[in-house]
Amino acid sequence: MEEKLRRIGADALRELSNAGTLEDLNELRVKYLGKKGELTQVMRGMGALSAEERPLIGQIANEVRSLIEKELTTRTAALKEVAREQRLREEGIDVTLPGSPLLRGGKHPLTIVTEEIQKFFLGLGYSIAEGPEIETDYYNFEALNLPKDHPARDMQDTFFISDDTLLRTHTSPVQVRTMEKTVPGLPVKVIVPGKVYRRDDDATHSPMFNQVEGLAIDRRITFSDLKGTLDLFMRDIFGPKTKTRFRPSYFPFTEPSAEVDISCVMCGGKGCRVCSHTGWLEILGSGMVHPRVLEVSGYNSEEVTGFAFGLGVERITMLKYGIDDLRILFENDLRFLQQF
Amino acid sequence: MYISYNWLKDFVDFALAPQELADRLTLAGIAVESVTELGKDISGVVTGRIEKIDPHPNADKLVITRVNTGEEKLQIITAATNVKEGDVIPVALEGAKLAGGFVIKRAKLRGVESRGMMCSGQELGIDAKTMSAEQAHGIMILPPGTPLGRDAKEILGLNDFILELDLTPNRGDCLSVVGVAREVAALLGRPFRLAEPSFPETGENISGQVRVDIDAPDLCRRYVARLIKNVRIGRSPLWMQSRLRAAGMRPISNLVDVTNYVMLEMGQPLHAFDYDKLVDHHIIVRRAKDGENMVSLDEVLRELNQDMLVIADPSGPVAVAGVMGGLSTEVTDNTTSILLESAYFNPVSIRRTSKSLGLRSEASLRFEKGIDLGGCLQAINRAAQLIYDMDAGDVVNGVVDNYISPVSEKTIMFRPKRATYVLGLDIPKEKASDILSRLQFKVQDAGADLLVTVPTYRVDVSIEEDLIEEVARIYGYHEVPATLPSGSASHGAKTREQSFRTMIADAMAGAGFNEVVTYSFTNPRVFDLMNLPADSPFRNTVKIQNPLSEEHSVMRTMMLPGLLEVLAKNFNRRMQEGAVFELGTIFTPGQEGHPHEERHVLAAAAMGRAPGNWKMQPREFDFYFLKGVLESIFRELGTEDVKFYPEKANPSFHPGRTATLDAGERKIGIIGELHPSVLERYDLPERVVAFEIDFEGLYAVSGKPKVYNPLPKFPGIERDLAIVLKRENQAGDIMETIRKTGGKLLRSVSLFDIYHGEQVPAGYQSMAFALKFQAADRTLTDAEVSEVTAAIAAELSSRFGAQLRG
Ligand SMILES: [Zn+2]
Repeated sequence: MEEKLRRIGADALRELSNAGTLEDLNELRVKYLGKKGELTQVMRGMGALSAEERPLIGQIANEVRSLIEKELTTRTAALKEVAREQRLREEGIDVTLPGSPLLRGGKHPLTIVTEEIQKFFLGLGYSIAEGPEIETDYYNFEALNLPKDHPARDMQDTFFISDDTLLRTHTSPVQVRTMEKTVPGLPVKVIVPGKVYRRDDDATHSPMFNQVEGLAIDRRITFSDLKGTLDLFMRDIFGPKTKTRFRPSYFPFTEPSAEVDISCVMCGGKGCRVCSHTGWLEILGSGMVHPRVLEVSGYNSEEVTGFAFGLGVERITMLKYGIDDLRILFENDLRFLQQF
Repeated sequence: MYISYNWLKDFVDFALAPQELADRLTLAGIAVESVTELGKDISGVVTGRIEKIDPHPNADKLVITRVNTGEEKLQIITAATNVKEGDVIPVALEGAKLAGGFVIKRAKLRGVESRGMMCSGQELGIDAKTMSAEQAHGIMILPPGTPLGRDAKEILGLNDFILELDLTPNRGDCLSVVGVAREVAALLGRPFRLAEPSFPETGENISGQVRVDIDAPDLCRRYVARLIKNVRIGRSPLWMQSRLRAAGMRPISNLVDVTNYVMLEMGQPLHAFDYDKLVDHHIIVRRAKDGENMVSLDEVLRELNQDMLVIADPSGPVAVAGVMGGLSTEVTDNTTSILLESAYFNPVSIRRTSKSLGLRSEASLRFEKGIDLGGCLQAINRAAQLIYDMDAGDVVNGVVDNYISPVSEKTIMFRPKRATYVLGLDIPKEKASDILSRLQFKVQDAGADLLVTVPTYRVDVSIEEDLIEEVARIYGYHEVPATLPSGSASHGAKTREQSFRTMIADAMAGAGFNEVVTYSFTNPRVFDLMNLPADSPFRNTVKIQNPLSEEHSVMRTMMLPGLLEVLAKNFNRRMQEGAVFELGTIFTPGQEGHPHEERHVLAAAAMGRAPGNWKMQPREFDFYFLKGVLESIFRELGTEDVKFYPEKANPSFHPGRTATLDAGERKIGIIGELHPSVLERYDLPERVVAFEIDFEGLYAVSGKPKVYNPLPKFPGIERDLAIVLKRENQAGDIMETIRKTGGKLLRSVSLFDIYHGEQVPAGYQSMAFALKFQAADRTLTDAEVSEVTAAIAAELSSRFGAQLRG
């Protein structure tokens, strides 16, 4: 019996070492260790043995069994490894083939820039105010110190809906609307993004364009605060090396007024075609809110001061992205839009 | 506005180079757009006199001239036809440089040597608009007495620089050389000098010879007149012509040139009438009568009305005040006496009149901005002096000065403390006083403050802040420090609605759409393109009174036409696919007395298909694609209760492939495939899908806060349910029935297959749903689930006649 067991063990080990596939191994497991397997068969015959022989033979049988099991495990691992190696060898792909395309969209550059401006001013404690695009003459002009027949009305050629209603020519009417709503509360700190309309249509003018207006009203807000705020703003938008320059100017609703230039973003101020070789680019209009505008809105202008500014989003967008044609912003050419 | 650098030096001494001067002025608020050097490329041109002209032996069109340049006599061949012996002309010597980089060399022309060239105005770089055609293109003939051998640039005023000003509308006082010179003097702290004109007067006093009546004192506050007799019409001196040219004006004759010269110098427009043609020598300043008309200097019959101010004589209007003279009293070569006018007209009236006549002149431009009411007399005297100096006529004794409402001097208190409060910069009182004095303001000490009297020509200065600006701009804006507001704290945040808008734009961009920006105004024709019936409410638009064109004449009432136009333009550029969106405003007219309504709308449109490649099938942009986008956005926005109902009646859309979006009771939008006839009119491909959703409506049902749902602890059971039913049944109804019947145990239902064809009877479809059952508190048993599934099947059978499929 012992001899038989040892022979089974030797046969099994030999056959296992010859097995080439995982299926072969499985067959051998059944052949030797299965319910009807050779080893099992032998061990079933142990009942016929004497009480002395039984533990001895039992021990040998267990030895043989564990020997076979161990070899099975080793061989299985080895063959699995071979099979995996082979799979990896066979499964190579061409990694240079293009990937599956995703549908890509994007926001309009004017929106991107407007949001960037908003983000800066939100951080400084400004809220975002809005107003109607169809405005009354009162808010668009009168209340901003631009009475009928004021020559400065010529600066803004207007689309009229009726004698008294028009498409707003700037976002400034929202200044007055906001102050009226807030008075006598202080401070008023808002920016006003929005579409505005002027009767102009050529290579450098679009009849519809976007402005962002800013307004800060409080006790003792000074012209130097205006300078500091816009200085910081311009560096935020155009980079830390940007310099600003304030030039006296004229707007009916601010006094004193200032035109703000920045050092040319193309040449850094050395002078190039974009800045007409001056090193400076005109970027926005600003000033201290005119006392009459404050009074019209219900504030005491002796006590309360403030600044306001207005900028063209198109201009900033063009400078930021190096766009040299205003029209392309409104052409909605997908080849253009897909670049943002 | 063009200002001659040299002319400025008549009134103030300074050494600043032209570009430096321009920079200083710009930083003081007088923006200099450009600095142009006259005669920049010109050198080596002198004055010479033609002594003799002989025919060229070998050429009919050429002549041989002998030109005396003072030092030499040169033989010059020319083809010019406008010269004769004795003419003084500019001669370009050998080596001279002319406009356009042209260099003069010794040459032989048809065998005869030529040592130089006679020049035309254009060859000297003079703007052709400021010369007669003969001077511009023929040889420029100079006045007979012109000295020989002199640098022609100097003689012609070409050693000068022109500053082009871009003035703000408040600074009408700088529409003159004197005005800018005052600024220069103030800026540089140099004395400003303006001599009082002096000239002898002759003859009987004007008072008996001219009568002036102002019948419209509200529109004419002052009318000054002078009479010039024995006028000698001729050319004005070269220096005057040069200065007019430098300012962009064309010299005409000595008397006309004087009026223009004084206007450029002093800013006061003057007008000259032929005295003998004024009926009764009587000037009446009055409103025109309705129906009255007048032929203006440019020989156009002008219809006048009572809003316009005219200068009339007893027979009728002889000039539209401040805008244009009349032909009947024009100064001609036969004129022997002229009446000079120097007046102040109401700026608003002039502005309206010039607008309604479509006539803008150098004069009206100045009157509109408000001229110096106190300066009318000085200006007319300056003209009289020039006429005397040029010997162009005899100035009659006396002046008519009808000064109805004299200028009242404005005085303003300037408080240095207030200036600091506004500027955030301390400017000492003495410094402020000095600056204001330099600007010709009269300054008196008033304790801590200054009492300031504003010069009459500074019509733009009326309140203390104006003075603060004056002081600050001369002091220099760059001196003001940069600070941040230090007052009350404020919190900056977007409103929920503003954040929501950003979220929508982000979500749409994330879903693959490109944002576009289209005009808010549109062509009323788009409603026809969109198939809308004549009585469609969309045709009720807000109209623009003065549109740029019909194409942009009404405010849009819907967004889709704009997006379709965008797709069409791109399709036309051979873009096969495109998915675009816009978050914009639509406008509807307000009911009587109410403001127009503005609503925000989200719209999107797509054509073609999403990109595919060797690996992935491209996906059609069809109804379900777009609906999927919306559903995903709704999930993102926390939008609830939006239902899609079939919409068969919208004329812009495909009747079988369109849905209305309903939020509760409210219709908030539409989604679908565009109607083929609409697509055809837009030249779009066969299929385009689009939606348009009212933003406020969407906002109202969105923003459901996200709340965590505990993850299931007990396993679920899945069952498939396949049914066959008539095709007219809609998936939405069926799924709703399944959900309702499934009750709490049914966790989800999804439609995974839909089929009609050979396997099912005609007119029928099969639908297969995956149902997932799960309970939060226990493991469900098969029996429970089977029971619910059977109930669902029964309900579907009774409601839709659905048969279970094996
Ligand atoms: Zn540059």
